Amino acid sequence: MQRLKLFIPLIIFLVLAAFFFVVQKRIGSGDYDPQAMPSALLDKPLPAFELPDLLRGDPVSAAVLGGRIALVNVWATWCPSCHYEHPYLVRLAQQGVLILGVDYKDEPDKARQWLLEKGNPYVAVVDDRSGTLGLDLGVTGAPETYLIDARGVVRLRYQGPLDERVWRETLQPLIERLQQEARGA
Amino acid sequence: MIPELGHLALILALFLALALALLPTVGVIRGSALLMHSARSLAAGLMVMLSAAFALLAHAFLNNDFSVAIVAAQSNSQLPWFYQFSAVWGGHEGSLLLWVWILSLWTLAVALFSRQLPLDLVARVLAVMGAVAVGFLLFMLLTSNPFARSLPNPPLEGADLNPLLQDPGMVIHPPMLYMGYVGFSVAFAFAIAALWSGRLDVTWARWSRPWSVVAWLFLTIGITLGSWWAYSVLGWGGWWFWDPVENASFMPWLVGTALIHSLAVTDKRGVFKSWTVLLAIFAFSLSLLGTFLVRSGVLTSVHSFAADPTRGIFILAFLGIVIGSSLTLYALRAPAVVGAADYGWLSRELFLLTNNVLLLVAALSVLCGTLFPLVVDALGLGKYSVGPPYFDAVFVPVMAVLLAFLGVGPASIWKRSRGAQLWRPLLPALIASVLVGLLFPIAYGGAFHAGVALTVCLAAWVLFCSGVDLRNKLRHAASWQAGLGRLTPSYYGMLVAHVGLAVSVAGVGLTSVYTQERDLRVAPGQQVEVAGYDFVFAGTEPARGPNYTAERGVVLVSRGGRQLAELHPEKRRYHARADQVMTEAAIDAGFSRDLYVALGEPLGEGAWALRVHYKPFVRWIWSGGALMAFGGALAAADRRYRLRRATPVPAAGAEPVPAS
Repeated sequence: MQRLKLFIPLIIFLVLAAFFFVVQKRIGSGDYDPQAMPSALLDKPLPAFELPDLLRGDPVSAAVLGGRIALVNVWATWCPSCHYEHPYLVRLAQQGVLILGVDYKDEPDKARQWLLEKGNPYVAVVDDRSGTLGLDLGVTGAPETYLIDARGVVRLRYQGPLDERVWRETLQPLIERLQQEARGA
Repeated sequence: MIPELGHLALILALFLALALALLPTVGVIRGSALLMHSARSLAAGLMVMLSAAFALLAHAFLNNDFSVAIVAAQSNSQLPWFYQFSAVWGGHEGSLLLWVWILSLWTLAVALFSRQLPLDLVARVLAVMGAVAVGFLLFMLLTSNPFARSLPNPPLEGADLNPLLQDPGMVIHPPMLYMGYVGFSVAFAFAIAALWSGRLDVTWARWSRPWSVVAWLFLTIGITLGSWWAYSVLGWGGWWFWDPVENASFMPWLVGTALIHSLAVTDKRGVFKSWTVLLAIFAFSLSLLGTFLVRSGVLTSVHSFAADPTRGIFILAFLGIVIGSSLTLYALRAPAVVGAADYGWLSRELFLLTNNVLLLVAALSVLCGTLFPLVVDALGLGKYSVGPPYFDAVFVPVMAVLLAFLGVGPASIWKRSRGAQLWRPLLPALIASVLVGLLFPIAYGGAFHAGVALTVCLAAWVLFCSGVDLRNKLRHAASWQAGLGRLTPSYYGMLVAHVGLAVSVAGVGLTSVYTQERDLRVAPGQQVEVAGYDFVFAGTEPARGPNYTAERGVVLVSRGGRQLAELHPEKRRYHARADQVMTEAAIDAGFSRDLYVALGEPLGEGAWALRVHYKPFVRWIWSGGALMAFGGALAAADRRYRLRRATPVPAAGAEPVPAS
C-alpha cells in the first residue's frame, strides 16, 4: 500500500504528458493552433452586448460605432503590452481612427486613472470587468484588436500590441479595401 | 568549411555522449572498474567536442558568415562584436547548443570534483548526465542543426539580432539561467544514481548539497538579471509579468529552493529521503518543461522561439523518457516505509518541512496558472487567459506565510525545540517588526496602508529574527570577534540569503504601492513635477549607434532647485529590422528610489509624449536577488564539503566494487 503512494507523481506526470501529446499532435495535423484565433467570429457579426461605459456609466452597445469601420480594442491595466500599445492607439485616434475600448477583467478605478494619465483614444470604453464580452469575443489575452466593418461584421482579429508596423502591413490595407467595398456597394 | 567542422564536432559529441551513457553503465552491471573509469575521460571528451562546436559557431557569428542560416537570421555585420557573440544564443538552435555545452561543463565538473566518491557512484552519475546529453544532441542534430547552411545563395547581410536582446543584461542572462537549469541535472543525476544503486543514504544528500546550491545560485542570478532587463528595456518600468516563460524559470527556482532546504534535513538528520529525491527529480523536470514550453509553440509568449510541432513532439518524447523513467524508478525504489519520526512539533525538521510544502504549493500554483489556459483550450472549453490578478492573489498569501515561518525556522533546533525557548528570544523581534510595519507607511507614505504594513512587518521580522539568531550564536563566545570567526560560511550564507529575500520582498511591496507614473505631453523647455522631483524636457537631438539611429531626449532632473541628473531616454530605429522602433529608457538609479524616463511618441512641433516614473525601492528587488546568490556562494564555499576525504564514507549495502 505504501509503495502505491509513490506512484502518484508518475501518474500525474503521465496524464500531463498524454495531454501535451494530444495537443502537439493536433497542432501538427493543423486542426488546432493555439496562436491563432478561433475562426468562429471571423466574418460573423460582432456579438451583441450592452454594458456600462467605464467613464459615464450609461449602457454602451455596438450602436455607438454608428455603422462605421472601427477597431475594437481589448485592454487592461494589468497587461504589460497594453502599456506599450497605448500611445500608438492615441496616435491612431488623432488620425481619425474610430476605436471602441473594452476594459477587460480590470479594476475600474485603475482603468479610469490610466485613461486620465495616458489619454483616451476610445470613442467609448466598455466596462467588461466580469469578462463576459471578452468571453463572447473569444479573448485569450489582452491586448487584442478586432476590425469591424461598416455592417458590424468582424473582419480581422489581431492578437498582441498594435504598432506602426502592424498598422501599415495588416490593418491599413484591409481598411482601405473595406472602404472601397463600402463605396462600391 | 568551418561550419561543417562544427557539425562534425556535434556528431562526435553525440557518440561520446552515447559512450558516456552506456560504457559506465555496463561497467557498473559487470563490475568492470576499467569501464567505470572511462566515465571521467568520456566526460572530458564530450566537453572538448562541445566546446569546439560552440567556438566554431561563435566564429561563424563573429565573422559574419551569413551562409549559416541562423547567423543570417540573428546577426548583422553592423552589430557590435559582443552582441554578435551573444547572438549565438539569440535563437532556438544556438541556445540549445549553449544548453548542452553547459551540460558538458557541469558533467566535467562532476568528473573532476568527485575524487573522494565511490567509483561506482561516479560512474552512475556521469552515465545519467551522458544520457541527458544524448537526448539533447539527438534533438539538435535531427531537428535543429545550428550549422545548417542556406546555400547556394547566401544572403549578403543578416537580419540582425532582435533589438530587445541588444542589451548588456541579455548578454549574460541566458548563460546564467542555463547554468541554473542545467545545474539541477547534477542533483538529478545524483538522485537517480542513488535510487539506482539502492543507497539512498545520508551521504548522497551531502554530495548533492553543494551542487544544488551552486545551480540554485546561478538560477537566482539568471532570474534577477531577466527581471532587471525587463525593467530597463521593455520601456514601461515593469519588472515581472507572470509571463509563461518567466514562470518556466521561476518554478524550478521555487522547487530548487525547497530542494536545498530539504537536502539540509536529509544530510543532518537522515529523514525526508524520498521527499528530497522527488524534489531533485522535480527541479530538473521543471527545467526541462521550461525548455519544452518555450520551444514547442504550445504557449504564446513574448519569449517563445519559432514554433515547430515536430520539435515539440521530439521534446515531449524526450521529456516522457527522462521524467517518466525517473518517476518510475522513484516509485519502485524510493524507501516506502517512513522511518519512525524522532522529531517533534516545533523541531527544525518540521519548520523545514513547512518551508518545503509552502514552496511546492507556490510552484504548483504557478504551474496551474501557466497550464490552465492550455488545458481549458485543448478541452474545447474556450480560451482563457490567466493574468497577474490570479498570480498575485495566490502567490502573495503563500509568501506571507513562508516569511512568517522563515523568521522562526533558523532559531529552532533539531529534534525538538521547547516552545518557551523558541519564543522568548524572538518576542522582541516580533514586537519590533510589528511596530516598524505599522509605523513605516505613516512615516513614509503619510497614510496607513495595510499592504505596506504587512510587507514591511514581514521583511523586518525576517531581518530581526536573523539578528537575534546571530546574537544567540555568539552568546557563549569569549568575544564577539571570536564568535563571528567560529561560525561557518554556510551559516553566514543562510543569513545573507534570508536577508536577501526580505530585501526583495520589501522592494516588491513598496514599489508596487508607492510607484508614481505619469504620461505627459511635453514641449521643449516644459517642466513637469512627479513625486517632488522636477523634470525639465530640454528637447531631443538626433543620435547614431552602430546599427541604429535614434532621437535622444534630454531631461534635466532637479529637486528643490538642486540638479540631480541629466537623463537621455532614446527612441531607436533599427535599420536591418525594417526600422523596428525600440524605447530605451533612461534611469537615475538610487538606493531608495529610481527615476525612470522613457520617450513615447513624437507629437509634432518638437513635443513628445514622455513617461516619467518614480519608483521607490525598486532596486531592492534585484539587490535582494544578488544577496541571495551571494548567500548561496558562501554556503557552497563551506569547507566541510571539501573535507570529506578525511572521513571515509562507509558504503553500506553497496554492491561490491572491485579494486582497480
